[in-house]
Parts: sequence; structure tokens; C-alpha cells
Amino acid sequence: MTSADLMLAVLFAAVTAYALFGGADFGAGFWDLFAGGAKRGHRQRKLIEHAIGPVWEANHVWLIFAIVLLWTGFPAVFAGVAATMYIPLTAAALGIIGRGAGFAFRKISVTLPRQQLFGAGFAFSSVVTPFFFGAVAGGIATGRVPPWDQGPGDILTAWWNPTSVATGALAVGVCAYLAAVFLTHDAKREDPGLVPVMRRQALWAGAGVGLLAAVGLVVVELDADWLAGRLWRPLPAALIAVSALAGLASIGLLALGRYVAVRVTSGLAVAAVLGGWAAAQYPYLLPPATTVDAVAADPAVTRATLWAVLVGVAILAPSLWWLLRLSQTPAHQGAGGETGHQEDGRR
Amino acid sequence: MDHLSVLAEAATPGDFAAARTQMAFSLGWHIIIASFGVAMPAITLFMEWRGYRTGDVNYRLLARRWARAMGVLFAVGAVSGTILSFEMGLLWPGLMGTYGEVIGLPFTLEGFAFFIEAIFLGIYLYGWDRLPPRVHMLSAIPILIAGVVGTLCVVSANAWMNQPRGFDLVEGKVVGVDPWGAMFNPATGPQSVHMLVAAFMVTGFCIAGVYAVGMLRGRTDRYHRLGFLVPFTVAAVMAPIQVGVGDWAAHFVADYQPVKLAAMEGLYETERGAPLHLGGVAVDGELRYAVEIPNALSLLAHWDPNAEIMGLNEVPADQHPPVNVVHWAFQIMVVAGLAMLGVALAFAFIWKWRRQWLTNRWFLRAAFLCGPAAVLALEAGWTTTEVGRQPWVVYGILRTHDAVNTAPGLRVGLVVILLVYALLTVATVYVLRRLARDKPVPVAPQESDVETFPVP
Repeated sequence: MTSADLMLAVLFAAVTAYALFGGADFGAGFWDLFAGGAKRGHRQRKLIEHAIGPVWEANHVWLIFAIVLLWTGFPAVFAGVAATMYIPLTAAALGIIGRGAGFAFRKISVTLPRQQLFGAGFAFSSVVTPFFFGAVAGGIATGRVPPWDQGPGDILTAWWNPTSVATGALAVGVCAYLAAVFLTHDAKREDPGLVPVMRRQALWAGAGVGLLAAVGLVVVELDADWLAGRLWRPLPAALIAVSALAGLASIGLLALGRYVAVRVTSGLAVAAVLGGWAAAQYPYLLPPATTVDAVAADPAVTRATLWAVLVGVAILAPSLWWLLRLSQTPAHQGAGGETGHQEDGRR
Repeated sequence: MDHLSVLAEAATPGDFAAARTQMAFSLGWHIIIASFGVAMPAITLFMEWRGYRTGDVNYRLLARRWARAMGVLFAVGAVSGTILSFEMGLLWPGLMGTYGEVIGLPFTLEGFAFFIEAIFLGIYLYGWDRLPPRVHMLSAIPILIAGVVGTLCVVSANAWMNQPRGFDLVEGKVVGVDPWGAMFNPATGPQSVHMLVAAFMVTGFCIAGVYAVGMLRGRTDRYHRLGFLVPFTVAAVMAPIQVGVGDWAAHFVADYQPVKLAAMEGLYETERGAPLHLGGVAVDGELRYAVEIPNALSLLAHWDPNAEIMGLNEVPADQHPPVNVVHWAFQIMVVAGLAMLGVALAFAFIWKWRRQWLTNRWFLRAAFLCGPAAVLALEAGWTTTEVGRQPWVVYGILRTHDAVNTAPGLRVGLVVILLVYALLTVATVYVLRRLARDKPVPVAPQESDVETFPVP
């Protein structure tokens, strides 16, 4: 394994983490959008706000991290994707603004009209942003992005084509599904009355994602010969099977009320799909001809970056663990006042 | 670069201008918010610590309020920063496709720094009622460190564009990369320290400005006085330091980027004992209507009144930066900086000898104006260094025009981005204003918040 391969593995890990955690945050916005009117949807929106409030910014950093690793390790791929995918990436960037700012603004707004205004921005952006990311992935996988030294590809059909539409829709579905699964367990702790609602949504979303994935496979078969041929090689096919099994298991676990275990299986189902995509494409970063080795950065760069990642992860992992654990912790009883510090700090 | 010759067509002048405008605009927007992200946690933590030590409710209330504002600003900074990382590729694939790997290391480190910042800000804000006070205050320390490290990393990448090091070019391909050498190039020191100090000045003066307005409206209670004094003191202490750091940065430019210095000063002919030009307009290859201070430029740039200063005419005209923009941006920055220094000195005098003048209306007005002045100086400073590097995006190696995305339609992107940022600006200002005025409600059901708490 070369250092470029290792770099690619780290990059893939970052993308997967973003899909799972960032994806669940986007999905929360999906349910926020469809939670109903101000009165009816109030409880669910409170739950969503509570669940993603402390963590969404940290989850969002996976994206920045993935982008930076991409341009560090495979600069020509980053430049090629960005140049060709100018439109969907700009749209996704704007969606990120709308989601992040909308959420932060709604959280501290006190009147209903303001909450509705910012909430609408948050929820709508949360639904459209994953679509564009999924469409970009579909365009890359089907070989519609030329490497940078050949100039930009077709800036419309690169992301507006059958596979991209299918992967875009799948991305939206996956986000909604993950969010529903995660929120079911959150509801158990925060607002048990919502558990049946979230569970029903999770089951529907799971069925929907299964359907979207199956449709996606058919579309790839019709639209992209190169990718279709590679998807059924042993490793990608095995990963797709793992994903399908994990998805079915998740539905069973949901029905049984095992809300922690289903977090693991649903995450596995999503990660396995991404893994299947990666395994099908490897060693081509930009199908059908651009390989990892052809576009990898100078080994001195990848090595320095990997060392930085190693040290960074050693600091990051315990910190992230603390945040995620704290975000699942209720406030102390009788916590106190705007000045904080329940024991009131006075001497 | 030569690889562009194989492209079907280059970007149109309109698209090129749009790309530059979009980058300048989104960077100029983000840098203000980023300054708050770097400096505000430190000032807020100080307030919290004082509140904890003294039990003074005013400190604690201010700390909590600022933490809320910090949460909003951090969210806006996170998203506006993300756009920038997209734009690096969307607008400048020619830069990133070739040199992304050379400046990748500082960006990776900044990715981690930002991660730590986001995680601990989440812990700090969410943990306010959930952690014991000391643990809570300690949880802010990583935010401060990560903010400083992140600034250093990002600015070092920009510094590399001014002083590209750590690689060789062989037939247009980058080889033999030394990522640490690229990161710690000669421009990294002066640029990043200059920015760091600027962040504290912007943040301190802007926060203080809010309370200066409150005091001008007659609310001179302890709450407003503390809200004014602490951040203002931080920024005022930084003001003289920044003059020294600015001098360091100017010496760096004089030694390493003589063309930029010549544009900053509107100096066309190389001369010994060069004068400092105040004002003036560059027309047809000469600076007109400027006030000259003899020998001052040589003295300031090299500590020698007879030192030789290179003029713009030493390089071909197609390598001249836009002189008027650079010259005026530099002067605006210097004047704003000196004005802030003046107010800071007045503040020191008042604090020592005339404490009762702290509520003097003219002093408070001047203190309020330091906020806008700091932002103006920040923008003018970045304009100086960025426009002063033109026509190069990588100094002496890659022209900005050769780095731009050749896909059509960048102009449309600019219009969309401007509209979204206009909305974002309005919403941010609106929310922050409401934040100051509203009685905050509980963020989460279990946060028994301020409703029972009298706001002084």
C-alpha cells in the first residue's frame, strides 16, 4: 500500500463520517420541513433542535476536512471536480449557508414568525444540499469529470444525468433515514411521546431508501456501462449485499424497539454503500482513466499530511467523544440562570 | 501556465473579473467573522473567569450574552469559511490543481484546528449548565489555542502565495515538495502575527462599541461600563503592538516584494532617499498630487534615509499591480491604525489621570468609531496585500488569469453569491441586534434560563 492509498483511505473515512454524521444533521432538517404546522410540528422541531444543536458544526467539519485532504492528496482531482461541478457545488455551498445560518438564527429567535422564517431556510436547505452532493458523486462515478489538465467537462450533464439524479435522490433519502433512526433514540430520552412518530418515519424512510437504492442500481445498469460492470465484481458486490442485509436488519430492530442497535446497523448500511462505490471505482479516482497513482501528490506531502492526521486524530478522538457524550447529557437539576454555573460561583 | 494552452478556451474577461470579485467579496466578508471567532472566546472566557472569581453578576451576565453571540458568529463563520474552501476550486482550479498539494499541509492542520474549535465551542456553549464551572472554563482553552493555530495555518497558505517556497517546477509539474518549507516561508511570520493582532483589535473595538453606544444613550451602569472597558482595553493594548508588527510586515514587503512596496507608495522610478507619498493619484505612469515627505520611505522601509527603493518601472507594465487601489488601501489602513492608536493613548491617559472622563461623550463617540475603523483597516490591509500581489496569484510563478476556472457562467455565480450574502448579512445583523434587545428564552427545555433573572 502506497502512502497515496493510505491518504485515499483517510479521505474515504472522512467522507463516510460526513455522510453519517453530517448526513443525519441534514436529514433532521428534512423531518423539520415535513413536521407540519407551527403547532403540530413544535415538539418534533424541539427534539431536532436539541439533537443537532451542539454537534452540527463539529459534524460539518468532516466536509471541510475531506475537501482539504482531496486537494492536498489529489490536487488534479479536486481541481477537475470543482471546475466541472461548478454549478452543483455552488448550490451545495449556498445550501450549507442556508442550513447553518438558518439553524443558528432560529435557535436564538424568540418569536414565532422569525422562527418560521429562519426555520424554513434551515429545513429547505437541508433537503436540497444532499441532493447536489449525491449528484456530484454520481457524475464522478460515471466518468463525467475529466481530470483538470483536460479542462472542465460538460457543466450541465456532468451532474444532471440519470445516475446523478438517482444518487442525488438516494443521498436525500439516506440523510432522512439516518436522522429518523438517530432521532428515535433521542426521542426516547427527551420526549418519549415522540418515539412512535419517529419510529414510523424511520421505517418509512428505510423502505424508501431501499427502493431508491434498487432503482439506482437499475439506472446505473442502463446509464453507465463502465460503472455497472465494476459494481458486480466480488468486493463491491459483497459490500452492496452487506448494505442490503444491514438495511433489512435495521427494519427488524426498529420493529423490535432496539433503538441503539439500529443506529449501528443503519450506519453500517450507509457506510457499506459508500464502500461499494469506492471499491467499484478503485483504483480510478476519475473514471474511466485517471488512477490514484497518476494524480497523487508528492510522497513528501502525503507522508507529512498523514503524520499530521495521526497526531490530529489523537487529539480529536477524545474531544469528539466528550462532545457527543455531553450532547446526550441532560442539564443539572435547577441549573442556573443566564449567568450559568449551577452552584452560582459566588465566594 | 503551459497546461492551459491545451484548454479549448480561456475565461472571458467578464468571468475573470467576476471570479476575482466573488473571491474578494467572500474573503472580505469571512475575515470579519473569523476575527471574532479568534478573539471573542478569549475575551468571553476572561469575563466568565472574573465573574466566577468575584461573583459579580455583571461579568457573568456579559459572559453569557457574549457566548450566545459567539455561537451565532461561529455558525456564520463556519459556513462562510466552507464556501471559501469550495471557491478555491470552483474559481481557481488552475491554482489548486497544480499547487494544492504544496499548500495542503497547513490547510490540513487548519482543518484539525477548526475541528477542535467546533468541538470545544459545542462543549463550551452546551456545557454551560452541565459542567462544573472550572471544567467549563477549561473547556474554552482549546478554543483559544485552536483559533491561534488556525489563523497561523490559513495565513501561512496565503503567505506562500506571496513567497512561494518548498517545491520545484519541472515542465510545469510540481516536484520535490517540501510541505514544511512551503508553510514556513518568509512571509508567514509577519503576515500571521499582523492578522492575529488585527483580530483582537477588530473584536475588542467592535464589542466595546456596542456598549459605548449604550453609554451614550445614558446607560452608564456597571454592566455597560464593564462591557465597554474589558474589550476596549484588550484592543487598546493591541493598537501600539500592531504599529510595531505593521512595521515588521512593511520591512518584509520591502525586502521580499519590492514591486508591492512600490505600488503601495506609488513609486515608479527607482531612487535613493525615496520620499513617502501621502495621497495622490497614479495617472499614466506617475503619481500626481501627492504630498512628499523627503527620505521618509527609505527611512521607514530600511531604517536608512538614503536606502535605495525599487520603482515600478523596473518590471514590465503588465506586471504592475493596480497602483491606485494598492496605494490608497495601504494609506487607509495606516491612517485608520494611527487613529485607533490615538484613541487608545487617550484612553490610557483618561484611565490614569481623568477617570471621570470615561463617560465623556466625545471620548465615547471616538471609542465607538474605533470598531468601524478596525474593520476598515482589516479590509484595507488585505486589499493591499492581495491586490498588491497582482497580476500574480502565486508571486512570480502563476498569473491569476491563468488560474481561473474556464467554465462559462461565473458571472451568474457572482450575482447569486452577492444576493445570498446580502441576505446573510441582513439576517446576521438583525439577529445580533435582537439578541442584544430580547430577553433570551430557554434554549432547551431543561435550561432554566434567564426569565427569572433581572437584567440590569
